[in-house]
Amino acid sequence: MNIAVLIKLVPDLVEELEIDATGTALDTTWLRLIINEVDEHALEQALLLKERGGGDVTVVTAEGDGAEDVLYAAAAKGSDRLIRLRGISFEDAPGNHTLARVFAAVLRDLEPDLVLTGVQAHNDLDGSLGPLLAEEMGMPYVGYLSGVQTEDGVCRVMKEYPGGLAAEMEIALPAVLGIQASEEPPRYLAISRIRQAMKTATIVDREAEQPDTTGAPGVISMFTPEVGEAATMLTGADDEVAARIVEILSEQGLL
Amino acid sequence: MSDDIHVFIEHLRGEVAEITLISLAAARVIAEQTGGEVVGVLLGHDVQGLAAGLAADRILSIDDPAAGDYSPDLYIATLAGLIDSQTPRAVLFGDTSMGAEIAGCLSGRLGLPLVGRCHTVRAADDQIRVVSQICGGKIFVESALPESTVVVSMVPGGHRPDDGRSETAAPIETIPAPAFGEPRVALKRYVEPEIGEIDITKEDVLVAIGRGIQLEENVELAEELAQALGGALCASRPIIDQGWLPSSQMVGKSGKRVEPKVYLALGVSGAPEHVEGMASSATVIAVNTDPAAPIFDVAHYGTEADLLDLLPELIDKVKAAGAG
Ligand SMILES: Cc1cc2nc3c(=O)[nH]c(=O)nc-3n(C[C@H](O)[C@H](O)[C@H](O)COP(=O)(O)OP(=O)(O)OC[C@H]3O[C@@H](n4cnc5c(N)ncnc54)[C@H](O)[C@@H]3O)c2cc1C
Ligand SMILES: Nc1ncnc2c1ncn2[C@@H]1O[C@H](COP(=O)(O)O)[C@@H](O)[C@H]1O
Repeated sequence: MNIAVLIKLVPDLVEELEIDATGTALDTTWLRLIINEVDEHALEQALLLKERGGGDVTVVTAEGDGAEDVLYAAAAKGSDRLIRLRGISFEDAPGNHTLARVFAAVLRDLEPDLVLTGVQAHNDLDGSLGPLLAEEMGMPYVGYLSGVQTEDGVCRVMKEYPGGLAAEMEIALPAVLGIQASEEPPRYLAISRIRQAMKTATIVDREAEQPDTTGAPGVISMFTPEVGEAATMLTGADDEVAARIVEILSEQGLL
Repeated sequence: MSDDIHVFIEHLRGEVAEITLISLAAARVIAEQTGGEVVGVLLGHDVQGLAAGLAADRILSIDDPAAGDYSPDLYIATLAGLIDSQTPRAVLFGDTSMGAEIAGCLSGRLGLPLVGRCHTVRAADDQIRVVSQICGGKIFVESALPESTVVVSMVPGGHRPDDGRSETAAPIETIPAPAFGEPRVALKRYVEPEIGEIDITKEDVLVAIGRGIQLEENVELAEELAQALGGALCASRPIIDQGWLPSSQMVGKSGKRVEPKVYLALGVSGAPEHVEGMASSATVIAVNTDPAAPIFDVAHYGTEADLLDLLPELIDKVKAAGAG
């Protein structure tokens, strides 16, 4: 089983996000990038599949601050191959329609049985990459998955619907899957293991094909919403705030 | 290209998704600008009754026993054929477990532009403008609807579901289902939701915890508060994915929808996927150290206090006041 996992870095939402002078993009000067959370799950799912049924896990990512760390961490967790795409950065990505073409070119050479993507990142504007990539590669796609099993060339996935309902589906391989959650929480990794991987693992750089940006969304403006205008803010020492909350609960007849 | 706006009527096991109503409301705004009709696209088997009450000018119905349950391959191929022959100005889907993948695959297959996470549409200077919501609700992006058949995926929050309802029934036109070979994806069975010990949809008071709770051992503190209030504990997705609470206690897009009298959100950022499940709560009190956290947008009361400092105080005071 040949499994490719795509990992994207996204702006850390805990940090303040600023819009640049053009008014159409995030200011990248102070942007802190972190791994897209569901990609951590996609990687975990790939490693679980490998542990259960054997195979190779290849991690593919674009370039940018933090990409190396992500790749070495993936190696330390048990990934076999690390690929970094040169010429595509997370800060200034060309849109997913373009990325699908670029990634498909790289992935075709790997001849994967499964391509695992995160189901969604919080900053795409033209849909998730997974379905676009699947179409580009002529493969089927299913997303919102919280479980993947493979046996004798048959792949069974658990697709989530709202309210906790799920559907078990069977998908023909090769396929592209959008992972929402791995069957087990992503494994914990000691820093020492990552340091070790930095010494032993190799990152293979691939030059991205010159992206053709047709279909990229044209942004007119970007803005931050006025947050909290409707909320009454409770300030003061913790015991004062707690006292106010108790008052509010009493007003609602709950205490 | 026609001026009509198509809306995919998303339904699962006999129920139309609320995002379809929201999409119909948005489609109306676009249709008023283009002068076209709002066309509901209903794919399934024996589901024509679901079209009643939808604010569409007409319904295109494709009835096929094989489409009784959602089947990605079959739905995508069928809709691709429909879009090809009808060439609507826009096709709207919900950004949901079902809609997002159909929208993406259609866009890829037909080479159509896709505008994702559409929160609001409006007419401006002869253009149709779309505002998309990104970065967990912290950033909005405005773009012009591309001037060709375009696929749009809708998120809730901008348009009102009520504007997608109508008293008058739209005429239904049945079109034949295209021939379809063996699908590459097949439904095997449904797995029913886990029944938890508590039903968070029935509680008056919910204490919701998010990643701000930081450690598993702190969950107990929140549980103590929930108990003291005579309510129950619920959580955002990361808490559930960590295995700190059962999945029956997840609130949001993939979890439950709740409408308690009071929703006390502790260390929850208020990502759109979470807000979707709790925005109708009567009173929302949010505790979050980040003043820019989107949860303050849906909150009636907020505080930037550290939840770990506030919790012990709150537990003491609630216990002193006594739940009634
Ligand atoms: C397809 C899809 C479906 C999803 N479905 C759901 C869903 O159904 N439900 C859901 O919840 N999420 C869902 N998510 C995930 C969602 O996008 C967010 O990632 C998630 O809701 C964030 O959870 P959180 O608020 O607990 O964590 P974070 O976003 O990390 O927020 C933690 C918050 O805690 C605050 N904080 C930190 N420390 C403290 C402290 N000491 N005191 C007070 N505040 C503190 C921080 O300021 C921050 O705002 C889904 C995602 C995807 C892609
Ligand atoms: N630039 C990228 N580099 C690597 N993987 C990506 C990139 N963009 C998207 N992906 C993958 O596609 C998934 C969905 O992201 P998005 O398309 O941004 O919603 C991510 O979780 C990744 O698995």
